[in-house]
Amino acid sequence: MDFAKTIPVIWESLPFILGGITWTLSLVFGAMLLGLCLGIPLAVGQVYGTRTVRGCIGIYVWLFRGIPILVQLYLFYFGILAYLSQVPSLAGLGLDSAFLAALLVLGLTSAAYQSQIFRGSIQALPEGQLKAAQALGMTESQAVRSIILPQALRLSIPGWSNEYSILLKDSALAFAIGVMEIMSRTRTVAALTHEPLPFALVAGVLFYLLTHMGIRALKTLERKVRIPGYARQGSMS
Amino acid sequence: MNDYWHFFLNDVFPALNQGLWISIAVIVPSALLGLALGVLVGSLRVYAPAPVRLLNEVYVSLFRGTPLVVQLFFWYFALPHLQIGDLRIVLSPMSAAILGFTLCSGAYHSEYIRGALLSIRHGQIKAAQALGMSKTQTVLWVVLPQAMRRALPGCGNEIIYLIKYSSLASIITLNELTGIGRTIAKQTWRNIEVFVALGLYYLLLVTLATLLLQYIERRLALPGFSHARR
Amino acid sequence: MTTPQPILRVEGIHKTLGDQLVLNDVSLTVNRGEVKILIGPSGSGKSTLLQCLNFLHHPDQGRIWLDGREFKATSRRELCAFRQQVGMIFQDFNLFDHLTALGNVQIALIKVKGMAKAKATHRAKEELARVGLADKMDLYPAQLSGGQKQRVSMARALAMDPKVLLLDEPTSALDPELIGEVLAVIRFLASAGMTMIMATHQIAFSATMAHEFLFMEKGRIVERGSPVHLLAPGATSRTMAFCAKINELSGDLGMAERRCASSSSALADKPQGGHGTT
Repeated sequence: MDFAKTIPVIWESLPFILGGITWTLSLVFGAMLLGLCLGIPLAVGQVYGTRTVRGCIGIYVWLFRGIPILVQLYLFYFGILAYLSQVPSLAGLGLDSAFLAALLVLGLTSAAYQSQIFRGSIQALPEGQLKAAQALGMTESQAVRSIILPQALRLSIPGWSNEYSILLKDSALAFAIGVMEIMSRTRTVAALTHEPLPFALVAGVLFYLLTHMGIRALKTLERKVRIPGYARQGSMS
Repeated sequence: MNDYWHFFLNDVFPALNQGLWISIAVIVPSALLGLALGVLVGSLRVYAPAPVRLLNEVYVSLFRGTPLVVQLFFWYFALPHLQIGDLRIVLSPMSAAILGFTLCSGAYHSEYIRGALLSIRHGQIKAAQALGMSKTQTVLWVVLPQAMRRALPGCGNEIIYLIKYSSLASIITLNELTGIGRTIAKQTWRNIEVFVALGLYYLLLVTLATLLLQYIERRLALPGFSHARR
Repeated sequence: MTTPQPILRVEGIHKTLGDQLVLNDVSLTVNRGEVKILIGPSGSGKSTLLQCLNFLHHPDQGRIWLDGREFKATSRRELCAFRQQVGMIFQDFNLFDHLTALGNVQIALIKVKGMAKAKATHRAKEELARVGLADKMDLYPAQLSGGQKQRVSMARALAMDPKVLLLDEPTSALDPELIGEVLAVIRFLASAGMTMIMATHQIAFSATMAHEFLFMEKGRIVERGSPVHLLAPGATSRTMAFCAKINELSGDLGMAERRCASSSSALADKPQGGHGTT
């Protein structure tokens, strides 16, 4: 490897590679949001639901946590979505998009993991919180919405920061179905220039920076929404 | 319906079964080596002198901060381009996969080990030293046996992750489960059936591993120990 | 007291938790403005009884009337309406940890009673002032002392204008020096005519304002009567024996009888509104 020759090559291809950040971050934040919107009802259902509801959610979680992301990506992109986009009445909906497949896979899997984070947080709250809310005449759903979830979501932030870094790393797998995110672009450039080494390093550095910036941002969020005096009490017990 | 059975029995299952053995041949050594590396690194991160500790922190931060695909890509495609004098390392897909998985999961394991080591009460170490044990003896015979039990749920999870992420070996051309699944799907154009079957293979592996780990956890449990955590 | 108006009446309450019969045929009536005290050893069912009265536990058997109307927990809406009228104070406060003192008092007014926010804020401030915490309303539960927490929880319950207030050992989770401020609020409420049922070990204190003592043991009310009666010097009541035992355990050997007696004589000069709430 000749550094003097490779540095201009890296420099030239950098705008193209950095353009992948948009795709990577859209995938990560899209999936986190989808996972959040699905994960909360799943968690509530798993704690407060009937036996049947709990059983169904358990199966969902088992499926999405048990099948590798890569296999899910193949199944959704080459299998399910490709099939659906052949159905005449669904044509034109853009169901054969690789980005959509990646977003669905990462989002649905994240929902399974996030539901377990929320479930843990809900169960960590003292039982008295629900009782006190009911004693004031709140219905169970009012109590969950205005008393249990605001507290449980705060407790979930450390879990989220973990979830973010997992999603970021999993999003790199979307290259396997052709989403033009960071990994996919560095690989393309590496193949064109026959210089895989510097570009593997570039991809590594980019992901490393994104991981740590995201974790720092979530730490700030955690500090911002902290309940005064609460952490101190927690560390004492 | 008959056609379905034919397809699965004649084409899908025999091929996937072959892939399954290759997957297992990657997973088992990676899991064992990764765990051993994690125990070593985790202990060094807690007990080693500052420079060694720093080195280990850097290793963990790098391998946890970058995607596993990028790491595999590096070991298999990029490493041969790194030439120092006449020395060039070219790894086979199998050894690149095992190396990549071991280094990555070792970093994650070390997190759990470190946390568990730090949770052992100081009195345990003092008591061991009062009996005349050296620092290494204390760590080996008193602290680690307790810490391993505490780290077990986390490390077990890590092994489950490893099983799932072993599918990435297909990207560096190894013909394990996922690689073979991809090949059959391409040949037969029956994507949904093949990938569902592939998913079931992984579900089976993950579920069996979970049960096995739960069994080990129960076998190793010390009476009342897990409650003493808080 | 003129013609007694029953506010809360229960008859034949049974409750099994697990395989244990915790309440065995309990009946009682509370009239408007009355204070009833539940005493008895721990595990005797006091707490379960109070929770049954608010349907936090559903009784297995028995009937409940509130303000002359029989209540049947048929629909969820009725259940919530019932609970709004029956206030509950918990032993461990159960303040909502993510809300300030003000937020704790406000939330049910807004969410349950559908009150406008400004009005709810006004009402909540009033209630906090009543328990002497006007200056603490922006603090979070973790920033308050135990006594302050319990006073916030009382403000929270009182803001709902309950017809009857249930208190489940309101002072037993408190450090001794913090008990006084909570008792002062309770005394004030009694003097203001609040109907209350309280489980407590503060026998001397409650004797000064109780209309009736109910002594519970193994899920039954085994003795009931006015404190003057039960704690009269030389009385051989279960209550008296229990009272002596408590004082003995707390180290006041020999003081027991005198203390019980003096508390019963304190009844002579009628409960006076303890205005020392601030």
